[in-house]
Amino acid sequence: MNAPNKSGWKPAMQAAGSGEGSAATHTGNRALMLEEPLIFEIGHRETTGVDLPAPSSGGSDRLGRFARTAPIDLPGLSEPETVRHYTRLSRQNYAIDLGLFPLGSCTMKHNPRLNEKVARLPGFADVHPLQPVDTVQGALAVIDELARWLIALTGMHAVAMSPKAGAHGELCGILCIRAALDARGESGRTVILVPESAHGTNPATAAFAGFSVEEVPANADGRVDLPALKARLARGGDGAGDVAGVMITNPNTCGLFERDMKAISDAVHDAGGYVYCDGANFNAIVGRVRPGDLGIDAMHINLHKTFSTPHGGGGPGSGPVVLSEALAPFMPLPYTARTADGHIHLVEEERADAFSEEHFGGVMQSFGRMTAFHGQMGMFTRALTYILSHGADGLRQVAEDAVLNANYVLRSLEDVLDAPFARSGPCMHEALFSDAGFGGGLSTLDLAKGLIDEGFHPMTVYFPLVVHGAMLVEPTETESKAALDQFIGALRHLAERARAGDETLKAAPVHAPRRRLDETQAARRPVLTWGGTDPR
Amino acid sequence: MRYLPLTDSDRQAMLSTIGAGSIDDLFADVPREAWLDGPIEGLPLHASEQAVERHMRKLARQNVTAGDVPFFLGAGAYRHHIPASVDHIIQRGEFLTAYTPYQPEIAQGTLQMLFEFQTQVARLYGCAVANASLYDGSTACWEAIGMARRITRRNLAILDAGLHPHYVEVARTMARFTGDRIDHVPPVLEAGCGEDALIARIKAAEPSCVVVQYPDILGRIPDLARIGAAAREQGALLIAVNTEPVALGAIRSPGEEGADIVVGEGQALGVGLQFGGPYLGLFAVRDPRHVRQMPGRLCGETVDAEGRRGFVLTLSTREQHIRREKATSNICTNSGLCALAFSVHMTLLGEKGLRALAAENHRLACHAAERLAQVPGVRLLNDTFFNEFTLLLGCDARAVVRRLAGNGVLAGVSLGRLYPDQPQLAEGLVVAVTETTTEEDISALADALQEALA
Amino acid sequence: MARYFTTEHEWIDVDGDVATVGITDYAQEQLGDIVFVDLPEDGAEIAKGKDAAVVESVKAASDVYSPVSGTVVEANAALQDDPALVNSDPEGEGWFFKLAIADESELAGLMDEAAYREFVANL
Repeated sequence: MNAPNKSGWKPAMQAAGSGEGSAATHTGNRALMLEEPLIFEIGHRETTGVDLPAPSSGGSDRLGRFARTAPIDLPGLSEPETVRHYTRLSRQNYAIDLGLFPLGSCTMKHNPRLNEKVARLPGFADVHPLQPVDTVQGALAVIDELARWLIALTGMHAVAMSPKAGAHGELCGILCIRAALDARGESGRTVILVPESAHGTNPATAAFAGFSVEEVPANADGRVDLPALKARLARGGDGAGDVAGVMITNPNTCGLFERDMKAISDAVHDAGGYVYCDGANFNAIVGRVRPGDLGIDAMHINLHKTFSTPHGGGGPGSGPVVLSEALAPFMPLPYTARTADGHIHLVEEERADAFSEEHFGGVMQSFGRMTAFHGQMGMFTRALTYILSHGADGLRQVAEDAVLNANYVLRSLEDVLDAPFARSGPCMHEALFSDAGFGGGLSTLDLAKGLIDEGFHPMTVYFPLVVHGAMLVEPTETESKAALDQFIGALRHLAERARAGDETLKAAPVHAPRRRLDETQAARRPVLTWGGTDPR
Repeated sequence: MRYLPLTDSDRQAMLSTIGAGSIDDLFADVPREAWLDGPIEGLPLHASEQAVERHMRKLARQNVTAGDVPFFLGAGAYRHHIPASVDHIIQRGEFLTAYTPYQPEIAQGTLQMLFEFQTQVARLYGCAVANASLYDGSTACWEAIGMARRITRRNLAILDAGLHPHYVEVARTMARFTGDRIDHVPPVLEAGCGEDALIARIKAAEPSCVVVQYPDILGRIPDLARIGAAAREQGALLIAVNTEPVALGAIRSPGEEGADIVVGEGQALGVGLQFGGPYLGLFAVRDPRHVRQMPGRLCGETVDAEGRRGFVLTLSTREQHIRREKATSNICTNSGLCALAFSVHMTLLGEKGLRALAAENHRLACHAAERLAQVPGVRLLNDTFFNEFTLLLGCDARAVVRRLAGNGVLAGVSLGRLYPDQPQLAEGLVVAVTETTTEEDISALADALQEALA
Repeated sequence: MARYFTTEHEWIDVDGDVATVGITDYAQEQLGDIVFVDLPEDGAEIAKGKDAAVVESVKAASDVYSPVSGTVVEANAALQDDPALVNSDPEGEGWFFKLAIADESELAGLMDEAAYREFVANL
């Protein structure tokens, strides 16, 4: 039974002051910490924050028998109430604009405001995707120019621009591999190998595309076990094996560069497979290393990670996929082609065969369309703006500063936090710690929640799965030395409390807008809409 | 470099703390032969804010902006007026620069917004539960087909002729790899939606689902209830696809009409055209028991350690980061900020505003359809429509669209653009009319068409 | 009635040709608060060692394998409303499903209670 929230905000407010160490207030608010009810508790069907002409009565009606009769039951708020509602909600969020956000693998770096300004130019924001191509040459030029940068920075042959986010890009790369194998008449290759330290999206993507997934073990160094990989590839026999390819993250999710990447690629190619690289961590090497030089066939680039389009509380993302010469002919529709006269064609509106030989050096055999329209244009404008701001030299500095900051964190804390791969050499852009040595039954979660009370967002916890109680810290290039020193000081203090078994950490956070939330209740009795019914 | 706070002396001090001689030492694990020794050749070096802005403005000027000309394009992306406060709110750094709310104690703003969003979408669609968004309408449509396969354990999807051709192509692409079968025929230029033909296809098969766009790609409003009854008889689910949420302010909700899964494109509210993305995939189910088969994130209500109401991401065991290869979908990042824009716009409108907005769209569209049908040589196809209808021009509409664009009128989307392989559809022009369309725009289009067809 | 255990932490009670299957107290403790149990349908035929059910905590989903081959004759409907039974009484009221055993010889490879307790003590 769903607990109706009709009186929701009153109890919430009354309870708000009852926390330890806080004096109760009449409203439940505490100075700038403001409680906020749901729109369903404060809005009304008859209230609206927009002025529209009164609906005209009479005249023709072409709705047939489908005219709506029942109310939708949507509450409205006036504009000031709306602005206040969302502004108050916003203040319950942590954000990169507020401070260091060391989420490993997620790459929370500064989002330059020029990018936002440019994306909102009417010439980009107010353009329809199906306008005649003569009227959108500037938009196609953004795609074309960004594509050229991505190809140059990765040393690859081509790029598919339409994938909507990283996981969608993975799917694109895996479908290119499937299509290439099918074109070779090797549809019997149905296995994708994935290291156990991989992002969950990798096995999910391979399965989503109809492959079966097998894990490749890691060695004691935290890297792919090359002999084990070779042994698995050899099991396929004489080149007519069952392995379609591997999906490898490099730098990997333990924050380490896969030293043997070229040897891995060669082994997979020799066995007749393709190499997919999860490019989530490309930001560590951009401008210093080109994945194309390591034998990679496909790699997605999370524009929101490496090229700083905002995460927006969970999206939108954008996941262009760079491709080797072998996979390029299979890339999804649509794509652009620039002719000698400077005109940019949208291949799909115009037919692919007109451009195949001249532009791509072979016959295009696109596997088809992955999404309506042409991809995340709003992210392309931001990413291109970011890339042009940094230039080739600045991007290299971005990678170097990101790696420097992560190593600084690693070496400043390895005496108080177990760093399982610290002896494997320098880390790349993220530092990995474990919960070894914590006392009093304290866990990684307790330390993470303690960071919240210190004014920081926690690091990524319990990922990668190969390390017990993993804590993956990615400071990014955005942080100054002073900010890092403050963060290191806080984490040191917390690590010492955790080692000493300080049980007060189990109550953390106590200073956040909410204490720890009951996730068991949320999952056992799901309440997913206001006033809704229990899904069970 | 304005985005990098470290100074050279910071870098030196940090290297000495680390015990490294130079930055190169930190890249020691990269094989030497893969090193680039300087900035990649052929690419420009860093540039000032002013220089970058100048370059990007130059590119922006090379596009014809919808708001500058008479504009009638729809076909899955609609131009509506977005209140100024929407953009203000989504640019607040606490929303713009937050991450997925995995730490709920310091992400209640995003989480409460998602809970409100889910409720708004569920009500608009006439469903029990909606998720926290997917990429866009076309990918949401494919996810719904996959969900129907898991529920019914069948793998034949019947797609109505009126489903957006891009959505059809996405389904065809994916089905090629997953072993699903897709049954689809192109639309016929007739006033009604061809329900009889569709129902005959349903009765001849054992499909997992029947996918129907409402209103359809030609603007017609199909009889979901009739189609749904036929689908149910065959043990199949009815998936309704909506690409224009404003329509649901004027017509009955798909859930009310019996759709089991309702998906759609939310771009029309709050998001803007943006040349096709990022957009907003909406996904809802009518039967709450289907929630564990849903793709994507879900936000749920709970309490904190002091008993205060709060929100968390929940039922995560469906998702890739836990279930890996057994997940319901591989989606991770979704369209969070677009969901916020949609939700803010919907809150500003409320019931009264959405109904009034829908009525205004319909009134203007009816007026435009009548006016344009008076142009010699032009015929209106539809019996029913909301704010989008199909005109038959008696000649290749694609050429007409290009010619009118040259004269500064963006006339609509030709069926030749959408169905390049179906010459029998070539005379069709899909015209969308919204509250942003003026009387002058309609006259300009009528005059331009008259001249082009003369 | 005899009770056997598997190395995957399932228990199985055999009563005539019908077996009742659940997860052990050790397993529920490792999983933490159980929030959902996905049970097989009546009549489903399940082979020994194959996925028969899924048990979910907040942050994990685990497959439950059938200790023997057979046909499902009943799933524990009480778990739909109250999955916490798996935590409070895993080896009693928190049972998962009952099977009509296809091949009794498959029981031979399973552990008895003492062997299982020793197995767990060595983990």
